[in-house]
Amino acid sequence: MKRLRWLLPSVALLIVLALGWGLFGGSGSRPTPPAASKVAAASLRDPALIAKGEYLATVGDCAGCHTAQGGARYAGGRALATPFGDIPVPNITPDRATGLGDWSFEDFWQALHSGKGRHGELLYPAFSYTSYTKVSRDDALAIFAYLQSLPPVHQPAAAPALAFPYSVRNSLKAWRALYFREGEFKPDPAQSAEWNRGAYLVQGLGHCNECHAARDTLGGTPQDVHLSGGQIPMQNWYAPDLSTGRNGGLEGWSAQDIVDLLKTGQSAKGSAFGPMAAVVSGSTQHMSDADLHAVATYLQSLPPRAPAAQPGTPFDARTLAEQGEKVYAKHCAECHGKRGEGVAGVYPPLDGNSSVTEPTGINATRMVLLGGFTPVTAANQRPYSMPPFAQQLSDAEVAAVVTYIRRGWTNRASIVRAEAVSTYRHTPID
Amino acid sequence: MKTNASLRHAKPFGVAILFAVALWYGAASRAADHPTIPDTLQQRIAACTSCHGVHGEGTPGSGYFPRLAGKPAAYLVRQMQDFQNGLRKYAPMEYTVRQLPPAYMREIAEYFAAQQVPYSRSPLPPVSAATLARGEALLGKGDPARRIPACASCHGSQLTGVQPSTPGLVGLPYDYISAQLGSWRTHTRATVAPDCMAEVANRLSESDITAVAAALASRELPADTHPQPAGSVTPPLSCGVLGATGDPS
Repeated sequence: MKRLRWLLPSVALLIVLALGWGLFGGSGSRPTPPAASKVAAASLRDPALIAKGEYLATVGDCAGCHTAQGGARYAGGRALATPFGDIPVPNITPDRATGLGDWSFEDFWQALHSGKGRHGELLYPAFSYTSYTKVSRDDALAIFAYLQSLPPVHQPAAAPALAFPYSVRNSLKAWRALYFREGEFKPDPAQSAEWNRGAYLVQGLGHCNECHAARDTLGGTPQDVHLSGGQIPMQNWYAPDLSTGRNGGLEGWSAQDIVDLLKTGQSAKGSAFGPMAAVVSGSTQHMSDADLHAVATYLQSLPPRAPAAQPGTPFDARTLAEQGEKVYAKHCAECHGKRGEGVAGVYPPLDGNSSVTEPTGINATRMVLLGGFTPVTAANQRPYSMPPFAQQLSDAEVAAVVTYIRRGWTNRASIVRAEAVSTYRHTPID
Repeated sequence: MKTNASLRHAKPFGVAILFAVALWYGAASRAADHPTIPDTLQQRIAACTSCHGVHGEGTPGSGYFPRLAGKPAAYLVRQMQDFQNGLRKYAPMEYTVRQLPPAYMREIAEYFAAQQVPYSRSPLPPVSAATLARGEALLGKGDPARRIPACASCHGSQLTGVQPSTPGLVGLPYDYISAQLGSWRTHTRATVAPDCMAEVANRLSESDITAVAAALASRELPADTHPQPAGSVTPPLSCGVLGATGDPS
């Protein structure tokens, strides 16, 4: 017994050490030099492959993250703010010293498909490899060929500024075990080719789920949560439910409404704004009609989720809405209509608009405060805009009018209070 | 009988008229119910005019939002580009103009450049006569000992600006001018190199900034507030916004 008592802590210690090695031990590997790549350098210079890659890089909106404000496209140079610290966005132009100039396709594939850097280091999932792992090898090759065809830009990236324990890259082993399933997209033979194309684009390159699903405290999205809507960390916008659910989902949207929003930034059901405005301008407006229809077909097949518990009606909801109705009549009705019906092609409707009725009220609150232009697209090069009301309306007035539009007409969403408005008064620039 | 007969005919006729009137009224009231939105630039740029005024007159009462009316169009385009590129930092402006394409920015700039609206006074803090005199000296003569050129040497003899890229300064609120001069010193306002205005702002002392902002805000307006023609001044510094590419002097 005496010996056993001594033995037990030792075994426990050994187990802890073994686990620690498994979780935090080295995972290094060597890069594949371009000369040793199985992909011949000449084949990467094929103009058709490069053109295909340019289209796919646009669908994936690579430039959206990999370009700094006012900086060269794809040259990185900015930091992505996360709740865990700032993650620098790398230069993906073919500069040898600071970009992908010395990368082989094998290195690129390892990053996109497996979320590992050239030396086997685990990449922070601010790079959405949780989605990109579904991208096919052929498409990845085209994107790589395109990136390698860009003019090289010398721009070093800063070091990550993360708090412990996130600063230890190997802590990502545990994260990956929870949230990352490596593997290319597997078509569903029971579905049409169009549906499968849409699913491939939405789940893979489009990485829609990275915003349109809630993240938990570790910044991950549980495997079974798909496009159910969620608050975007740090940016404080709400990316709505993309299923056909009501009150915050795409209930009542036709396939054409989805295509219109992605192509022009506007639709009969609502307009893109905030981060989605940048996605439409930089990415989706350039997608082919066939791909946009495929995306719509896939989204329309997502069954509505069980409706969330109806928000209770606080005792002052009615007073708030009545105050809000006055603000609405004075400042909003002229453009959005007395019944929140909007003006086709100009101002979005507010009745039945999923951005108005999303669960948090953040989107409507921020839109009232910030105003702004609808996305600039080839179809809408001189967009109309909404005045920012941050200077004109108090927190209480914004709360009242947002409560009114969230509960008016056919909308049935929760109230918004003045305290919440003051939280969102700052203007985002990222 | 005759009357009765005509009445019998008249009844359906009257009903038809009533029906038509009701239809017309319904359609009219529905039309009045629905917003009618004019297809004008002014309507499109509500996001700009809610702070800068429908004619770019600024909001002198608030003391901050600057006047855009009558500023040279190329200057206004440059400012929007500087906000887009993060050279000029002010989150609401960066957010608003971030996506605008060059042609639309040009159109918006030309709209404001063409507006002619009267200037109005904005609030002025209490400053001493000595401060105002120092400000007037900086506006008109500069301070050669500290290598500070006169404001008028670039912004025009009446400080109404110079085509195509130098803004007028007259009528700008005290708060706005002092905030901008401060921004150049803290690098939250910059423009393409060589950034001559950053040079000048860094040669000013804090009391100079108060003086020059107060003197500008209290100045009587010249009769002609239009920018001077292009080429009518020879700037003492080399400025990127004026096409210079060399090092600042």
